[in-house]
Amino acid sequence: MLPKLFFGLVITLAAIFVFLLGLTILVGLLAPFFNTVPVSYNFRSIRARWTSTIVAIVGIAGTVGVFVAMLSLARGFKATMVASGSPGNALVMRAGSSSEMMGGITLETIKHLGDKTGVARDATRGALLTQDVVGVVALPLVSTGTDANVQVRGVSPNVLQIRTFVRIAQGRMFQPGLTELVVGQNASKTYAGLQLGNTITFAGGRWKVVGVFDAGGSAFDSEVWCDSTILNQILQRPSNIFQSATIHLTSPGEFQSFKDAVISDPQMNVDVVREIDYYAKQSTTMTKLITVLGSIVAIIMAVGAVFGALNTMYSAVAERGREIATMRALGFSNLNVLLSFLFEALLISIVGGLIGCLAVLPLNGLTTSTMNFQTFSNLAFAFKITFDLLLMGIVFALVMGVLGGLLPAIRASIRPVAVALRDL
Amino acid sequence: MKFARIIFANLKRKPIRLLLTLGSFAVALLLFSFLAVVRGAFILNDVASANRLIVINRTSIINLIPLSYRDKILRIPGVTYVTHYNWFGGIYQREENFFPQFVIDPENQRQVMPELVVSDDQWNAFLKDRQGAIAGAKTAERFGWKIGDRIPIKTTLYGGGAWEFNLVGIYHGKRPQDDDTQFWFRWDYFEERIPQEVKGQIGWYVLRVKDPDDAPRVAKAIDAEFLNSPNETKTETESTWIANWVKQWGNIQVLILTIGGVVFFTLLLVTGNTMAISVRERTSELAVFKAIGFSDRSVLFFVLAESITISLFGGLTGLLLAKLLMPVLAKGLSSILPILILSWGILGLGLLTALLVGLLSGLLPGLGAMRLRVVNALRRV
Repeated sequence: MLPKLFFGLVITLAAIFVFLLGLTILVGLLAPFFNTVPVSYNFRSIRARWTSTIVAIVGIAGTVGVFVAMLSLARGFKATMVASGSPGNALVMRAGSSSEMMGGITLETIKHLGDKTGVARDATRGALLTQDVVGVVALPLVSTGTDANVQVRGVSPNVLQIRTFVRIAQGRMFQPGLTELVVGQNASKTYAGLQLGNTITFAGGRWKVVGVFDAGGSAFDSEVWCDSTILNQILQRPSNIFQSATIHLTSPGEFQSFKDAVISDPQMNVDVVREIDYYAKQSTTMTKLITVLGSIVAIIMAVGAVFGALNTMYSAVAERGREIATMRALGFSNLNVLLSFLFEALLISIVGGLIGCLAVLPLNGLTTSTMNFQTFSNLAFAFKITFDLLLMGIVFALVMGVLGGLLPAIRASIRPVAVALRDL
Repeated sequence: MKFARIIFANLKRKPIRLLLTLGSFAVALLLFSFLAVVRGAFILNDVASANRLIVINRTSIINLIPLSYRDKILRIPGVTYVTHYNWFGGIYQREENFFPQFVIDPENQRQVMPELVVSDDQWNAFLKDRQGAIAGAKTAERFGWKIGDRIPIKTTLYGGGAWEFNLVGIYHGKRPQDDDTQFWFRWDYFEERIPQEVKGQIGWYVLRVKDPDDAPRVAKAIDAEFLNSPNETKTETESTWIANWVKQWGNIQVLILTIGGVVFFTLLLVTGNTMAISVRERTSELAVFKAIGFSDRSVLFFVLAESITISLFGGLTGLLLAKLLMPVLAKGLSSILPILILSWGILGLGLLTALLVGLLSGLLPGLGAMRLRVVNALRRV
């Protein structure tokens, strides 16, 4: 009971705190419209203390930049993974498998899958589905010359009708039954030997690169595709076992009826998931890692930046003791002074926030790569900076501004006029 | 130290500013330690032993190698012990409870991996029990396992199903950087249960050589032995293997270092600015000092002593905080980054950096104060 009460209390206090913080930011930002102290006063005072202002701005800009960059990295990773799934596709794996690498379903099961309701068909070849075999191959990176793992996926020859967003950008599709490869555009750039027209040797086979495909920035762009029957042969795996099957449905709405039909079939020991959900789940470990690390770093940095802002504002208040006292003596109220200082702090922080956002904006679309935990292979992905991330960055800056500016502003406003003027 | 009083008096003139500056240092050092530790977790510093080699399938780590290679490897001169592993990849209760499970070769495990220590009693119990398993201390602690517990692990590989193990021992790494999260069980039990087509195939070999300097030759000899066989091998020293593994993390490491750089730049500016402000405010006092006969150098000394004192105490606070917080953090992140160690090296480097920042940020305003012309400064009063 007691911990629950305590927890409730903490939540309530936090909510009140956030509300007050928001209110203060709002009032501070709107201050120029109703405050009697003119805004030009703030601009002039910033100009007079430009060194410490710049330092405070840099502190806030750095924090916001790191915050936005880390989040955009996590976003980009997730977006790459999610883009790999199509809403109209269902992924079927052996029951209990957490990833394709762990699966194993027979050709017989896959044939039965094609007969279920909701499966899209093509007049000549029947059910639109691809049975995949996934393997990992170590190839040298162009950048370092050392080996990194690339995921090799054996697919059905009609895969482009199932993963409809993938298109051949250069060359042609592989021919069924031949040791030919089509490579994703990122893989083609990342690994030595995966350029169009090259022949490479791996897993005991000689492979010719006959095409480069564009998978729209998804994880497939980091993969190499070939005929799944051939890949099974060369990897010396049983010819009738595949790791997953991706089924193209007549419409995304048919998923549930397809799933029900498969699950209710006692002969099948498989799991059915929407392809898009599968890839979203695959991205969680990495996204969590980046987000957790990024948040810890950003929070520690924010504390540092608030200290910096506090220092700047406190010294601004201290240096301006006489001015403030003079203003008070002229008839400006406590509140006027407080609002003026608060506005100044927010002005500094918003400029810092904007600079931070602008500084990381060029990262948008920049491709980087890391190891994907689930497949042990290299995955290229791009920073993805969206409008809401930038907005979060600005809000973050404003919060730092209030935390750093409120106390000094209060101090400025409550200083007795007579004492301050006596300092003259 | 006759000036200690004057430095102290200057320090406590603006208590709020002092606290904030100390705070900035503490925060920066906390962040520094955190980044250094995370970077360490990515690079797996000093885990490798110089006399160990790793043999994997040329195609990739996930392709298997025949067990029959073992005797051929043992025949190569310079090789003392060979042991082998398989990746089990099972799930304990829920998918989030990830920890590595290895199928090990009980005969040679202890000879090849002497730094992972199991008591003799527990090891003997392991040898007696086919379904026996040994867990790393961290993993055992994470799930509250005790010796004698029965541990079910589900898998979809190797014929699938839930495999049950008896926990008969717990191993500890000798050094802090050793991986205490693995889970070991016996090869003979494993081979008995798996389907016919994967029997007799192992994941990778780890071997010990007599002389670390001889390792490159042995590695070449092994790869030459299996050249043009259906399963060609790739043999590397453990450190090269780890280094290549780390390279696959790609730019994550670079990113962490970049962030570290941004943070330090910011910190330098913030503290440097504070020092500059406090010196500027005291221009007239410093002029008085000089007017009554203090040398230029002693004025520089006052300013520097103050900034270094602040950086020293701020830095120490930050490192102390890091030392206190790191165990909490390591626990929270244990499923993602198992090895987070805050070494004395990191702490020392941190303190050194703090002092350097203190020195640099005091130097500019200090030199300004030193060059100050008394007449000009006093005129401003």
